[in-house]
Amino acid sequence: MSFLKTYITEVYGAVKSLLTGMKLTGYYFTHPKEIITEEYPDNRLTLKMADRFRGEVVMKHDDNNEHACTGCSACELACPNGTIKIINKFEINAEGKKKKAIDAFVYHLELCTMCNLCIEACPTDAIKMAQTFEHSVYDRRLLTKQLNLPGSKIREGVE
Amino acid sequence: MFEEVATSKEGEQIINVGPQHPATHGVLHLIITLNGETIVNLEPNLGYIHRSIEKMCESLSYRQFIYTTSRMDYLAAHINNHACALTVEKAMQIEIPERAEVIRILVSELTRIASHELWWGAMAMDLGALSPFFYAFREREVITDIMEETCGARLTMNYMVPGGVMADIHPNFVKRVKDFIIQFKSRIDEYDQLVTGNIIFQNRMKNVGILSKEDAISYGTTGPTARGSGVSCDIRKIYPYSIYGKLQFDEVLETAGDSFARYLVRVKEMKQSISIIEQLIDNIPEGDFQAKTKAVLKLPKGEFYQRVETPRGELGVYIVSEGGTTPYRIKFRSPGFSNLSALNHMIKGHKIGDLVAVMGTLDLVIPDIDR
Repeated sequence: MSFLKTYITEVYGAVKSLLTGMKLTGYYFTHPKEIITEEYPDNRLTLKMADRFRGEVVMKHDDNNEHACTGCSACELACPNGTIKIINKFEINAEGKKKKAIDAFVYHLELCTMCNLCIEACPTDAIKMAQTFEHSVYDRRLLTKQLNLPGSKIREGVE
Repeated sequence: MFEEVATSKEGEQIINVGPQHPATHGVLHLIITLNGETIVNLEPNLGYIHRSIEKMCESLSYRQFIYTTSRMDYLAAHINNHACALTVEKAMQIEIPERAEVIRILVSELTRIASHELWWGAMAMDLGALSPFFYAFREREVITDIMEETCGARLTMNYMVPGGVMADIHPNFVKRVKDFIIQFKSRIDEYDQLVTGNIIFQNRMKNVGILSKEDAISYGTTGPTARGSGVSCDIRKIYPYSIYGKLQFDEVLETAGDSFARYLVRVKEMKQSISIIEQLIDNIPEGDFQAKTKAVLKLPKGEFYQRVETPRGELGVYIVSEGGTTPYRIKFRSPGFSNLSALNHMIKGHKIGDLVAVMGTLDLVIPDIDR
């Protein structure tokens, strides 16, 4: 008799434990408002990334197409992967002196791990992380970018 | 080695478990000798995801090498970074501002919860329960959002730097973490309701993959794997680093040593982490988030070792310095590797269906095992 009693208790306990779990599943099934799924890419227009999200490195330019990069190569040295390559040129300024300026700030997005070390290293705050994340392209050569805009020059007073 | 493995006795069969495509993430290959359905021998075959992180570190500066460790145990990137930052700080004797210490512990414990969440969901999914995965990810999503806002990334944060943290916490951080605590406390009970009490789950977990206390010590297992066997090994308790010595929390111990004990340890650890966060979230001191350090870090000549408690166990960082700007040698003692080595012992004599139940409770992260 005791065998039968244990058997029934066990079956009752087992069924109860399964129903407890099913109850929770049932609760969320009937309360769809508690679902937090984001339907990307349908929400693309309203999707806002966090301010600090690290998507890619960009160079800050103001309205006069001027940037703050002096070409000091601190970011190039700080980068663990060789993502950044700075090509410098010498410009002759109004006083006839030679002055170093960047010719091209080459950025290899395909090598970048978004570690933020270049932005930390920049003494003039010339580069920043952009919040873009849809980087896929059909040709990987397109991932090598020149960050300084054509015709841009260094802002006055930045040393 | 392979010839040895491949020659089977009569009646024994060798099967290979695990994907072998190098582009998949977390590739673990197991060579299993079966007698009928019973596992006679199990041999993990590593090397599919080896990226030679230790060798790479030798050519990187002490600021740069930290980012690579986010890619080791990617579920606990903060804690890996913390270990490296602590080693460098120990070697250079850098004093960390109080605020930085508190922020570090806060994000570390959030990471621990996120890691255990993912383990909980994946483990239940391995055993055939699909919906727990979505419940686990619902909470984990909140943590990754908090991380994204403060650290700028969801998985490979690189937030800890020698001397403190990379940036101050986001203005919304405190509020969002408080919301998360309230939300999480009600939802951790849902986990017990959904999985822990489930009869099918219990039958598959209890008395499976038993690891005795002696074996747990001799295989060098750490973390929840060893604590499920009753070995007291929480580095936060026995060798407190950072400000863990000042905090109130319990080391979770279970004595059964089976898969269910390891499961319980992890679920209870989530509750302990929440209590640590509760203690700190209202008491973040004012001040700097980073100590002033030199632009180029140079470690003095010598050997330095620091260990921390990751969600999977003890992580050790060993740096040999020759006084230059790059390390001479770096060795990481990863928790997963030792835990995996105990798998053969635990699974012998069990049915092949129990393999996932045992492997799941080890919480293996393959890039951590195979650096």
